[in-house]
Order: sequence, then structure tokens, then C-alpha cells
Amino acid sequence: MSLRVVWIYPDLLSTYGDHGNVLILERRARMRGIEVETVHVRSDERVPLQGDIYLMGGGEDRPQILAAQRLRNDGGLNKAVAAGATVLAVCAGYQIIGQEFGDDQDRPMPGLGLIEARSGRGQVRGVGEIVAEVDTQLGLPTLTGFENHQGVTRLGPSARPLARTVVGVGNGDGTEGAFYGKIVGTYLHGPALVRNPGLADLLIAWATGGPVRQLPPSWADRLREERLAATRPAPTG
Amino acid sequence: MDRKGIMSQLPLRAQLATALGKGAATLSRVTGRGDGSVIGGRIGLVLEPQLLTLLAKQRRLALVTGTNGKTTTTRLISAALTELGEVATNAFGANMPAGHVSALAGAPKAEYAVLEVDEKYVPMVLGETGASVVVLLNLSRDQMDRATEVWLLAQRWRNALEGSETHVVANADDPVVTWGAATARHVTWVSAGQRWKEDSWCCPECGNHLHRDDPHWECKECGFRRPQPTWRLEDGTVVDPWDRRLELKLQLPGRANRANAAITLATAAAFGLDPIRALPRLHQVTSVAGRYTVVERHGCQVRLLLAKNPAGWLESFDVLEPAPGPVALSVNAQGPDGRDTSWLWDVDYRVLQGRPVFVTGERRLDLAARLEVDEVPFQMVDNVDEAVFRARAGHLDVIANYTAFQQIRAAYGRVE
Ligand SMILES: [Zn+2]
Repeated sequence: MSLRVVWIYPDLLSTYGDHGNVLILERRARMRGIEVETVHVRSDERVPLQGDIYLMGGGEDRPQILAAQRLRNDGGLNKAVAAGATVLAVCAGYQIIGQEFGDDQDRPMPGLGLIEARSGRGQVRGVGEIVAEVDTQLGLPTLTGFENHQGVTRLGPSARPLARTVVGVGNGDGTEGAFYGKIVGTYLHGPALVRNPGLADLLIAWATGGPVRQLPPSWADRLREERLAATRPAPTG
Repeated sequence: MDRKGIMSQLPLRAQLATALGKGAATLSRVTGRGDGSVIGGRIGLVLEPQLLTLLAKQRRLALVTGTNGKTTTTRLISAALTELGEVATNAFGANMPAGHVSALAGAPKAEYAVLEVDEKYVPMVLGETGASVVVLLNLSRDQMDRATEVWLLAQRWRNALEGSETHVVANADDPVVTWGAATARHVTWVSAGQRWKEDSWCCPECGNHLHRDDPHWECKECGFRRPQPTWRLEDGTVVDPWDRRLELKLQLPGRANRANAAITLATAAAFGLDPIRALPRLHQVTSVAGRYTVVERHGCQVRLLLAKNPAGWLESFDVLEPAPGPVALSVNAQGPDGRDTSWLWDVDYRVLQGRPVFVTGERRLDLAARLEVDEVPFQMVDNVDEAVFRARAGHLDVIANYTAFQQIRAAYGRVE
């Protein structure tokens, strides 16, 4: 079995250790005997259509606008998704896969429309640890990560929130992220998969078309437990 | 110029503000609350908001900024300018206006001043001081949970330098720095190299992918390109505009410090100082506020390296003792470090394979998870002394981020 991972525009959208998601997918697939081929697509290159998992990271305002324009002109990601590809988009990338997002003046900019979501600029910047309980439909344990964004996202009826926030801002309405088909968007920025190996495994399962076997515990699991213990509100009473 | 009288030339309120600020600084020191370099300046500025401007008057100032190497380069330039006269400087790295006020108030007779400036404060401090020289080192991602993003920072530099008469010394090999300096009227371009490129693959002017053929870079879309440098660093040698080859024999290790030295020599020349006179002064600098200090622990030479962000870690790997020399990594995520450890994933740790690696610090689990993925074997330890015991070697390099570094320094008696 093999897996083609496509990292979209690391030259434009890569600010917070986004490479971590590539590394985690590679590691967890290879440990299961799945061959992995990773393609880094620069912003002046065409997005290949044959990828299994497409990853998109975070970025400043200007790079976000440029990346969205180029991906719309390119059309490759939309075609790949129509053919059944899996997508993980974080932070600026999450906003880009929606229908629209706000620029630095909060003027609406067109997104890729891969998921029914509209993002704008919020009043305050959400910076800090985030903890959120994942939609039971996905069967994943609690999400833990770090967010750093000023976005507010509202979902349309076809998209479902990825999780309900326990700590942190997320979409700004008590929910965090979104999913639709095999597309996941989240405000957990950068290496979101490091502390959420379950989410990494879900993406691998979607892309390979079957369940994946359990892996032995890793240091990332201990990190996950430590961060959850440090971040969750103390029990009252 | 008569320097003796600078204090008595200050308006009365500024004299009072300076005196009270100094008193507070002394009090802060003797009560053990800090080195006093910030509190004194803060009080002074409350009493006289114009204090920085007043204290900067009639002096020749250099402002030094950039993501990495500010403190070291400030130290190197200060050392060089000592050749010309007394130099006021914020040697403790207190790089915001209160720290600048303290530095200037502490050296009233100094005709020269070299001030390290936080990247965000460059427009304000340039405006207040009218500095004659501004030194722009590099720009890369750093503590992104509180720092400003790099293109935005460069944009602010552009705005501040537009129409200014200040002389800019800038690294032409860094596209974002070049863009930040490009509005200035007088620029000395230095080819000082750029190891970390992850924040400058795209054109800061138009956003298209840059064509790079190191050290040259250019945008094929809008034509923005690397300016022709008049100074260049070639391995261990600086070539000056008169084609003289100045051989660096620094005691500070690594490529990054050779780059800092090249920029220092160009800055010295901007002050009218012959680089050949400045050079021996640079060779005398051994450590900077604890950085590169070697501490003896139980028969082991422990060398302390500070690295605060991915670019800094990359440069630190460059100065490690060759493998199998052991290394300890220590990471915290307190306020000054940035509370987000995501940046660990921007560093490639595979260069550490083949040597004993120890991880410690408040976020050692983040390091463990990171090294596991890069397949770098490591041992987890409670502190550097435990790494010393386990390493059983004559030398141990320690790379730590900001508060982790300060904790180690404090444990070893605030070593300089
Ligand atoms: Zn361009």
C-alpha cells in the first residue's frame, strides 16, 4: 500500500511548524508498512491531482490572499477533492478552503469553496492552548493544540463543527474547526497532528480506504496527556 | 564637542528625571530585584516623556535590530567604537525605550551610543533619537504568539526609513531585510549570508516565488532583486569596499557570529572608523551576557548557547563540538519564550544523530516528541548537572531558549 502526501505551498503557507503534520503522517503510515511519497508544491508550481492527502498550513494576511488566488487559478486541489482526496487545512489554510475569508481590512476574499464556511476577522486575537471535544461521529479523543488567529468562522448546513471548545476560541461560537466528507479544517495551528495522533490516523484511514491498526504509545502520547492536564480547567468543588 | 556638560545642558526636568531614574535603578540592584536597567528608565520616562530624545542629543547613535544576533552585534559594535571614544550601550539586552534611557543616562559623557532595539520599536526609537546609523541584521519567525509577523515588521521599517537621512547597514542576502531597508536613502549593503530561508522563499514586494542562487536572489515577476553588496563575508574573511581582505579571528564561535562581525565592520566604517582599527577589538570579545560562556561542572566544560527560534537553533548546531560530543537541549515556554512550542517542528534535528543527546527544561516532552520523529536517540534529564553526570565527557554543549538559558545561568551563579 502507498500514500501520496501533498504539502501545498510551504513557501507561502508555513509559519508555525506546519511541517510537523507532514512528518507525523509519514511516520504513522510508515510504521504500518505503508509507503509514503511526499510532494512539496511551491506556489509557482501546479498542484498535482493524484495526491491522497493534501495539507495546507498557516500564513500571514498577504500570503494567505496570494495562496487563495493561486489555488483558485490552479484548480488542482478542487479537482483532487472532487476525485475523493483527503484534506487537512489549518489556520489560514482552513479559511482558504471555505467560501470566503476576510483580508487585513476584513474585506471578503473568495476561498476555494471546498467546505461550507465563511470566515472573517474577530474582535480579539485567540492566542493560547485550545481543548475541544470532537464530534462523536468521528470517534476521536479530545483535541489538544495551540491556536493563534483572529478569525471567526461560521459554518453552513453541509459542514459540521469538528469539535466543541472546552478551552480556547476556535470558530468563535463555542465550536472549533469543521469537517465535510474527507475534508478537515481547524484553528489548531502548526503541528496539530503531533498531539492528536488519532486525527492523523483518521486521515490515513480515509486516504487508504480502510481501518488502520493501533500503534504502540509514543512520546507524543505523553506530551498529549501532559498538555491536557496542564490546560483543562480544574474540577470545581 | 564638549562632553562634560551634557547633564547640565539638559532641561531641569530631564536632569531630575535622569537622577530619579538612576536612583531607582540603584535601589533595584541593591534590593536584588534586577539589574536595574529597565526600572530606572521607566521612571525617568514617566517624569519626562522626551527623555530619550534629550539624552540622545549631540551623540552619534547606532540602533541594532533583527531577529537574531542583536545582543552580540551590539556588543561587537560597541567594542569597535571604543576605538573612537566612550560608548553608551544597553549591554543587558533591555532593548525597549526604558532600557535605552537607562543606557544613555548611565554614560552621560559618552559621545557614541550603540543601542539594541526590539524589531517592533525601530520606528519609534529612530524617531525619538534621530540615530545616525541603523543596523538591520535578519528577519525570521520568532515567538509568533506575541511577535509581529515578518512581512509586517519589514513594512514598518520601510515606513520609518522612508525620507530618513539615517545611514542603514543591512544584510543584502536576506530578502525581507532588503525589502525593509529599500526605502532608505543611504544604505551600505553587506553580503553576510542567510542560513535560514524558510521565511523568505517568496518576494516581499509582490509575493511570487523568488528565484534563488545563493547568495543571489531575485523576483522574475516584479524585478525586486538582491542589491550589489559593497561588503562581503567569505568564510572567515570579510572583504571591504576597498577590496582589502580582513581575516576574522573571533573568539565567538560559528557562522552567525562571523556574519555579525562583517556587519559590525561595515558599521564601524559608517562611523568613519577604519575597519582595520576596529578588527582587533572584535577579537577580544569572548562571551556576551552569558552566551558562549564555559562553566566548569564536576570536571566537565559546559558551554552555554542561547537559541530562541528556528533560525537560532540552526546556527547553534553549527557551533557544536563535532560528534560524538554530547549536547543537552533545554526548552521552556514561558512568556518571554513564546508559549507556543510549534517552532520545534521547523528545526531539523537529524544533524544531532550520532552523539549523546539530553533533553530537559519545562517543555522537555515537546522536545522528546520532536526528536522521536526525527529518530534522534535521547535521554531525558531533570537538569544540566544530570546531563553532565550521564555524559561522562570533558565537554558538554547546552542549547537553551530564553528562560531556560536564564535558569541555567542563575543556577551557575549568573555567569557572564
Ligand atoms: Zn516580486
